Amino acid sequence: MNDQPGTFPGRMLAHAKLRPRHPATREKNLGIWQTWTWSEVADEVRAIACGLAALGFKRGMHLAIIGDNRPRLYWSITAAQCLGGVPVPMYQDAPAAEFAYVLNDAEVAYAIVEDQEQVDKLLEARSQVPTLAHIIYDDPRGLRNYDGVVDYEKLTALGREYDAAHPGFFDAEVAAVKPGDVSIMLYTSGTTGRPKGVRQAHAAFIAAALGSAQFDHLTPDDSILSYLPMAWVGDHLFSYAQWVVAGFTINCPESGDTVMTDLREIGPTYYFAPPRVFENLLTQLSIRMEDAAAVKRWLYRHCLAIARRCGAEILDGRPVSVANRIAYWLGNILIYAPLRNVLGMSRVRVAYTAGAAIGPDLFRFYRSIGINLKQFYGSTETCAYVCLQPDSAVKLDTVGLPAPSVEVKIAADGEVIVRGPMLLTEYYRRPDATAESIDAEGFFHTGDAGYFDADGQLKIIDRAKDVGKLNDGSLYAPNYIENKLKFFAHIKEAVAFGQARDEVCAFVNIDMGSVGDWAERRNLAYSGYTDLAAKPEVLQLVRECVEQVNADLARDPALAGSQVHRFLVLHKELDPDDDELTRTRKVRRGFIAEKYAVLVDALYAGRDIQHIETEVKFEDGRRGMVAADIPIARAQTFAPSAVRTAA
Amino acid sequence: MSVARSIGEVVLEVDDISLAFGGVKALTQISFDVREHEIRAIIGPNGAGKSSMLNVINGVYHPQQGTITFRGVPRHQMNTHAAAAQGIARTFQNIALFKGMSVLDNIMTGRNLKMKATFLEQALWIGRARNEELAHRAKVEEIIDFLEIQHIRRTPVGRLPYGLQKRVELARALAAEPTLLLLDEPMAGMNVEEKQDMCRFILDVNEQYGTTIVLIEHDMGVVMDICDRVVVLDYGRKIGDGVPDDLRHNQAVIDAYLGVAH
Repeated sequence: MNDQPGTFPGRMLAHAKLRPRHPATREKNLGIWQTWTWSEVADEVRAIACGLAALGFKRGMHLAIIGDNRPRLYWSITAAQCLGGVPVPMYQDAPAAEFAYVLNDAEVAYAIVEDQEQVDKLLEARSQVPTLAHIIYDDPRGLRNYDGVVDYEKLTALGREYDAAHPGFFDAEVAAVKPGDVSIMLYTSGTTGRPKGVRQAHAAFIAAALGSAQFDHLTPDDSILSYLPMAWVGDHLFSYAQWVVAGFTINCPESGDTVMTDLREIGPTYYFAPPRVFENLLTQLSIRMEDAAAVKRWLYRHCLAIARRCGAEILDGRPVSVANRIAYWLGNILIYAPLRNVLGMSRVRVAYTAGAAIGPDLFRFYRSIGINLKQFYGSTETCAYVCLQPDSAVKLDTVGLPAPSVEVKIAADGEVIVRGPMLLTEYYRRPDATAESIDAEGFFHTGDAGYFDADGQLKIIDRAKDVGKLNDGSLYAPNYIENKLKFFAHIKEAVAFGQARDEVCAFVNIDMGSVGDWAERRNLAYSGYTDLAAKPEVLQLVRECVEQVNADLARDPALAGSQVHRFLVLHKELDPDDDELTRTRKVRRGFIAEKYAVLVDALYAGRDIQHIETEVKFEDGRRGMVAADIPIARAQTFAPSAVRTAA
Repeated sequence: MSVARSIGEVVLEVDDISLAFGGVKALTQISFDVREHEIRAIIGPNGAGKSSMLNVINGVYHPQQGTITFRGVPRHQMNTHAAAAQGIARTFQNIALFKGMSVLDNIMTGRNLKMKATFLEQALWIGRARNEELAHRAKVEEIIDFLEIQHIRRTPVGRLPYGLQKRVELARALAAEPTLLLLDEPMAGMNVEEKQDMCRFILDVNEQYGTTIVLIEHDMGVVMDICDRVVVLDYGRKIGDGVPDDLRHNQAVIDAYLGVAH
């Protein structure tokens, strides 16, 4: 793979020559999976590129790409790259106001979007974005009477004409693209401050894709389901960069709601999901198992106990007793294999998770039923390529060894710093931020705190700036605590507080699916989230989870001080539309602490109940108020030694 | 496939319709017309005779007096089969789907009239039945895509929430490829978001397929937003007829809705 062209367009055209009839893209449309081969894809890309050129798109320009994972949108990325342009994928669920910021920041003049919904948002944003001149859409439904927007079919027809009239144009454009040119601009999710445009060169993403593809022996025969936001670096690495580099097949689901079904139908060999998705799958699974017949429930529990005992060890190839092997073999026939099939993971050879810390028990569950789930570490600035776990050395609490050709060091203050070919070229129009994050020796400062364990694997504790101290000087890592809480199926989100306080307190969001189901089983009537969250029974349920986390924390002398003393169940679900979560669904702790200052104060003041009114934004942009009296509960904490003797 | 939406000739005219059940006069001398490609609303308080009016149009009720002219053919009364065969489809106020059947199968029943294969051919899945089923399935899939219900294709209807059942019912009506679609309170009992979705679907159906739509609705916001013309009924009589803006200021309509001291 190494002697191949150093740019994405070059690589795509090479696939079209080398394996013209190999499936490159699939999409389920009208209930049937449609396939495009590499030569068909290359042909479409050529048409899109020439169409864009006919509309005046030139080298260095930005092409906004907005929508769910549609084949044409992936092809548009390559098409823009063919002309030396820079594609800018954007989060499709963001409201128009957020679009406007990115569109202005990137001075976008051309946009290819999925459907009417996105066209409407762009037209709304247009009044604030003077540069936006050309909007091209994929799905014509509902758009017939729109003026000044271009249908995808028309674009490619225009492109084919342009191509015929300008022979040699396309090839010359592609030849002019250099590996050092910027291939993509991805906006950071903006956990802090406004999003920044991260510019990555062809060489950087190709290095990352090549390194990871070789690491996991990806071949053109692999297959992946592309269902995560295209604007996310993870999707860009797995569904785009690796796709074009390794030449495997990407499969686009029918719609966001059909992912589970599509996963089962496709049976990908290579799977990638943030911990949240694995968590949801397990939650759904647990709910459905509760409904199963008693015999099945017993069998499930029994087999999972065996899997917990030896499943992960068998997957790692470590020595396991014959009795356990036989038990696991039986369990595989009865439970694990059918379970993997239901999850759509029967053929999965390599599965990855990243983006947030995964609960150790969750991680172990998937490995124990025979799914080779691994973790990696990376960020937008590093093409999501810093550390990877090798098959033989997967650990629960690390993110793996430094990836091929990547240097990882721990700075004096505990921050993880990295150097390698996958680093960003720059932050767009932010030389200050670029200079701040890349030091004189060329190391990028990740902003994560971590250390190497005895086996040389990197362990990430938290964001460097979030790791703090309680008043008594003990270590406080909010993410670590939140993740431990979130592992419980009943808890969807958690926000921990403790910086410069005497003790740790927390907000909790219950999981509507899981707790709702739990309540129904107990004939507990409720009218909606707010009502359910305020039930004393639910508070007790959450208390049990919190106390379990406390017991767990008490076992680790370094973290025993950060047990959760008091907590409350929030009256509304944290939502990216209310700016409480980022678009990648990370909690914005500072913003939440400010917005719910009353509640934080009440937690620390030792009050039993607190009234609050909160403004919420509905999906259509209207606003409303939610009011509630929130009960505050105290959780039992454990002395470090007491637990040790008890356990 | 797509038809540009421009309101055309009168396709349906009801003239002087009166309907009584024993001593109860459900409708009294109602006349109005529906033009090609328009969205026509029938509004009125409870018991005003709205559903009865729809039932007269598609032949469920037979009026004692008056004529119904559909596509130039005047009749004293419609009959349900003729109405369906001529391209009139409807949905019901109380959802009338087959609860135990999947969404796909339910929508497929909407294709019933278009199936030409004999019972034997269908049972053995031979001859015309096979190709026919493929063609019908393709049409059904197009509707599933149109109404964005791919994720529930295989789900039994009885397990779906109310809002989705309403959408499935609309899908079944669309499967008959109607030229005139009668919707009986398509948005009743829905939350704001579901209502918005349904509005968008109704407008899309109207625009994409050029389907003429007559709908009964209580939500005035919806009626004012999406309808071209509105008929107002009260106690079985027509008290108003016109574009939404005119009716906003019509005293009889305001009285009927807000009540008036007698």
